[in-house]
Amino acid sequence: MKRLALFTVILAGVLFAATASEFPRLGDPDSAPSRHLSPAYIQGSLPQTHTPNFVTAVLGDYRGFDTMFETAVVFLAGMSCFFILRALRRRGLTEVYYYRHKPTGVVLAMLAPRRISPRTSCFERIDADWTPQDMVVETMCLFMVPFIQVFALYVIAHGHYSPGGGFQGGVLLAASFILVGLSRDLRTVESLLTEKTAILTAAAGVCLYAGTGLLALFFGGNFLDYGAYASFFGAAVPAARSMGILIVEIGVALTVMATLVTIYKLVSSRGTVEEGL
Amino acid sequence: MHELLAEFGNKFHYYGYFAIMMIGLYAMIAKTNLLKKCIGLGIFQTAIMLFYVSIGAKEGAGIPILDPAVGTADPAAYANPLPHVLMLTAIVVSVATLGVALALVQNIHRDHGTLEEDEILQRLRGK
Repeated sequence: MKRLALFTVILAGVLFAATASEFPRLGDPDSAPSRHLSPAYIQGSLPQTHTPNFVTAVLGDYRGFDTMFETAVVFLAGMSCFFILRALRRRGLTEVYYYRHKPTGVVLAMLAPRRISPRTSCFERIDADWTPQDMVVETMCLFMVPFIQVFALYVIAHGHYSPGGGFQGGVLLAASFILVGLSRDLRTVESLLTEKTAILTAAAGVCLYAGTGLLALFFGGNFLDYGAYASFFGAAVPAARSMGILIVEIGVALTVMATLVTIYKLVSSRGTVEEGL
Repeated sequence: MHELLAEFGNKFHYYGYFAIMMIGLYAMIAKTNLLKKCIGLGIFQTAIMLFYVSIGAKEGAGIPILDPAVGTADPAAYANPLPHVLMLTAIVVSVATLGVALALVQNIHRDHGTLEEDEILQRLRGK
């Protein structure tokens, strides 16, 4: 089996290598991909969409359909993760919750229906494989979170003028939540962004994107033609397109953030969203 | 001979991408551990991303963001933005699909207690 695989792979590699001479050389300004559409994007971006970052203009406007469906794919991936892991019942698992008495460090194990209210301040719920955490690591990680989130908002909002946009900012926002999960525990993340909120946020992001496109029809434009909002914003057509790109990027950021946090929570806790990394 | 070498020198990076791609493909076919297959998929995707971004590169070109000092009269002054856009979305989607793959792998591990493909097949056949 391994030999057959090696043979197949080498054969495919040789076939690929045989085509290499057909590809343009590295950095060729006259290569086929750089000749036809790319100059139109580069020269049309500023006059048509008021967006100096060509990547954002192509992502949000010229290839709006593509990005919309990519966002939908991200959302669907999060939902599939949810249905694969979360919807299944846990069979024959006796649940034990562990509580640590903070002043003494004594740990209580309690069988499933019984719980200690989280409001009882001298007990804290801990994971089954809990080990004493380093205060420095935890404090520094939590200290970093607001800065990561502010930077993420900057990346989203400034995507028109500098490298950035909805996908990158959304990933940064998700990273801030995952950092909380890694330095504290999963229940802290759950209290900050519950599963329900996360999934609703993800759906809202896709709806914001598709809704922006759909609403353009009522303003007399085509689907995803943000130029139709010119009369609504009271601005010129290119400025309205720039505004539409920003709205769409916010939708993308919401979906990406919520989906990645959901996937992390489900995968790291084996679908229980109780105990995990 | 000299021309052949020059041709190879201009195209050598493609052989690197093909090598990375084939490493990923080999991992997906030959490895029996499901998690290693997922890693192989990731390596394969990395090769595709490198390939696309290299297609967009232009000699002496800057990043695809308007520089007021340069202007847009000459498109050769900016890298091709299209491959960047395609790979931007592809990276995030690859993370999301990797999440789905990990969820499936986790369910398999819960049901069979192993991630080795041959052991799982044995368990499914035998019992």
